[in-house]
Amino acid sequence: MEVLIQVLNGVQLGLLMFLLAAGLTLTFGIMDLVNLAHGSLYMMGAYIAWTFISWSDSFVLGALLALPATFIVGVIVEVVIARRLYARDHLDQVLATFGLILFFNDLVRAIWGPAGKSIAVPPFLDHTIEILPGALYPAYRLAIIVVGTGVALLLAWLVARTRLGMLIRAGASNRRMIAALGVNIELLFSLVFGLGAVFAGLAGLMAAPISSVKIGMGDDILILAFVIIVTGGIGSIKGAFVAAMGVGQLDIVGRVYLADWLKAVMDPAAASAAAPAISQVLIYIVMAAVLVWRPTGLFGQRQ
Amino acid sequence: MSERLFTPRALITTLLLVLLAALPLIAQAVGDRYILSVGTRIVIWAIAAVSLNMILGYGGLVSFGHAAFIGIGGYAVGILSANGIQSGWVQWPAALMAATVWAALVAALSLRTRGVYFIMITLAFAQLVYYLGSGLAAYGGDDGLNIGRSRFTGLIDLRDKASFHWLCFALLCAALWFCGRFSRSPFGHVLRGARSNEGRMAALGFPVFRYRLVACLIAGAFGGLAGVLLANEGAYISPAMMSWVKSGDLIVMVVLGGIGVRFGPLYGALAFFVLEESLKPGLDLLHKGWGEYWQIVFGPLLVIIALHAKGGIASLLGFRHD
Amino acid sequence: MTELLVADRLIKRFGGLLATDNVSIDVRHGEIHALIGPNGAGKTTLVSQLTGSLAPDSGTIRFLGRDITRLPVHARARLGLARSFQITSVLRDFSAIENVALAQQAHHGHSFRFLADVRKDTARTEAARRGLAAVGLEARATVPASALSHGEQRQLEIAMALGGAPKLLLLDEPMAGMGPEESQRMIGLLHGLKQRCGMLLIEHDMEAVFALADRITVLVYGRAIFTGTPDEIRRHPEVRQAYLGEEAA
Repeated sequence: MEVLIQVLNGVQLGLLMFLLAAGLTLTFGIMDLVNLAHGSLYMMGAYIAWTFISWSDSFVLGALLALPATFIVGVIVEVVIARRLYARDHLDQVLATFGLILFFNDLVRAIWGPAGKSIAVPPFLDHTIEILPGALYPAYRLAIIVVGTGVALLLAWLVARTRLGMLIRAGASNRRMIAALGVNIELLFSLVFGLGAVFAGLAGLMAAPISSVKIGMGDDILILAFVIIVTGGIGSIKGAFVAAMGVGQLDIVGRVYLADWLKAVMDPAAASAAAPAISQVLIYIVMAAVLVWRPTGLFGQRQ
Repeated sequence: MSERLFTPRALITTLLLVLLAALPLIAQAVGDRYILSVGTRIVIWAIAAVSLNMILGYGGLVSFGHAAFIGIGGYAVGILSANGIQSGWVQWPAALMAATVWAALVAALSLRTRGVYFIMITLAFAQLVYYLGSGLAAYGGDDGLNIGRSRFTGLIDLRDKASFHWLCFALLCAALWFCGRFSRSPFGHVLRGARSNEGRMAALGFPVFRYRLVACLIAGAFGGLAGVLLANEGAYISPAMMSWVKSGDLIVMVVLGGIGVRFGPLYGALAFFVLEESLKPGLDLLHKGWGEYWQIVFGPLLVIIALHAKGGIASLLGFRHD
Repeated sequence: MTELLVADRLIKRFGGLLATDNVSIDVRHGEIHALIGPNGAGKTTLVSQLTGSLAPDSGTIRFLGRDITRLPVHARARLGLARSFQITSVLRDFSAIENVALAQQAHHGHSFRFLADVRKDTARTEAARRGLAAVGLEARATVPASALSHGEQRQLEIAMALGGAPKLLLLDEPMAGMGPEESQRMIGLLHGLKQRCGMLLIEHDMEAVFALADRITVLVYGRAIFTGTPDEIRRHPEVRQAYLGEEAA
């Protein structure tokens, strides 16, 4: 039973990571943009949600208001800065979006203050559900799994079946072609960027009740998201999904089981301290192994 | 050579170096020890930026994990020191060796990839070192560790701020000298040729991978040196010295100063610290308390530099990048 | 005549597409062997396998009697297999003379020398100047490669390819994008090089091909349908239909 619960925790983390990675891999694949500031949108989503939830006193209403607001933030970033970077080399993009991270971190500090915020688990989900006889699981985490799966399916449908998805897939392989189709490419890029921001914001606000809302919350997780899209293959939604689920499981293995295994060979206190670090290290080692085997990731296009 | 010494840009560079060399005396004269400590840190970060410039500037390799070398250099000193080995003659070579070995490992794996993959894999490897450092509970974990300074008994006392500053300054001059020779050497030309057109260089018969690998080893060693100095500057090591933000800061310094220009990293490191130290009080002057949010100004400044001032300070001074 | 390069039954697939279909081709010392064929016939794919930037799925490539099928690009170049590119490929950040100097440097031992100053190496500069003079570019020595005209960049490419005194030159459309005058100069240049090395020439300009080639191989849909002298090619009915017919029409 314990194993099942940990697997579910891994799935839940993996889905959150997928939401973050999906937007990143889209902007990478379609606009060829290395957007380090994607994690800032994750953070903005959580802070904006905190404000709306405090104001409306309802998690659901607050979240529903926060998503379009994050979309608007994303579109503003796209129009003001990001679109000027598409044609630039990666170094310019890294530098500019690194500047954006610094900007957003201090902007949040100025608006919301240096102390972290917490978002409570909504009351209607603040209980446990018996998923199997004898196995209790928090309803909120289950809700994340449901919403995350729903969004992943929606995205898969969007990319595979709709006109927008067709344009996205075409844009990834040939930008000139979609311009030639008479599509307003600037609008398309703004939309995709905004969509990525919404996914990031959704991940941020859903993670908030489990972790906390704080400055720089998007930075470390962003690097994990980069690991995911690089491992999965840049531009591939499928790759991002597979890698995100893998990272989710690996993280849980490292966090929960590694400590136990380590305790067998070392001092318990040291084992508990080292396990989270080693689990992170494990993720990077897997990424390195994948890239040695396939330099463009699991589902990336061959060079 | 003689006429080149008197161009305005050479004059500015010379003035800057003289100022840095005389800083301990200036600090003593005005009675402000803070200037000296900032100055020493500028010199150390300039060494790190010079080392990044070797691969980023001349090699065109966008490494986003350079802080890892600083961390490894620093932790090598700290770990040896915590275990009772205080001699700099042991610590420093061990630290440089460790940084070089790490550079070999990272380069061997990451140079197989290109573009964004390269940026991300170097970043990920640096994170790996970061998490290893924060997992070392015996050496302070996340909080870091106070350490004793390296001992070069009878030669130099690193606890003396002025002597330590001069040592760092001498090492910076050595790094700049090496970088100048390096950029004009047959090796440097191969590296720059590969930046310009990798496929062409391979077709000419250059095993580009090997040359880039060696460039990474050299840059890693200099990065490790900066880490050794940084650990000695504060008598303190912590994972923060190798966080990914530091790797970003180093890229900022290199680009801000002028990418692929020998003295660029020096200008960049200086400008970086001067901006930080002046934006805070400057904003506080505008409105009490705004100084804390200086990055609201600094961040967009980086965007503007990326978009409009790619040549950095060096191009303002009329340096051509090579 | 001895064979410099022998490619034997090369096969290369891209997904379902057979880009190189059992092609055998050889180049002898002192000859210019032209490779012609319509667009998409797989000429550049074939050259890429010969130079090593693509690995064939099967078949072998021998150069100077040695099996080089698995050797990387730079190792083949060092054996004396030089190439020019279909899309001009010079080091744009460097001066013309430095482009040639680097090409020559590739063949003078290793370049793991960190402190020597190339500007003070007069032997290096002189050799590069002679290399530039050989293609008639000595007057443009200090001009950045990016500022050279298209025709001059093509000439520079040849000078770079000659930098290592190659045994064999693979020329991928050296006349592409050139005016008639520049083309004439290039034909003269290549003709003069015949004594120094063998050449495999890919070219669309039929006038140039017939002026230069000793033998011609016709590639259609990845298959080498015929190899022969220019006269044989002119008379061959299948070739006329498949390729020259188009040209004539």
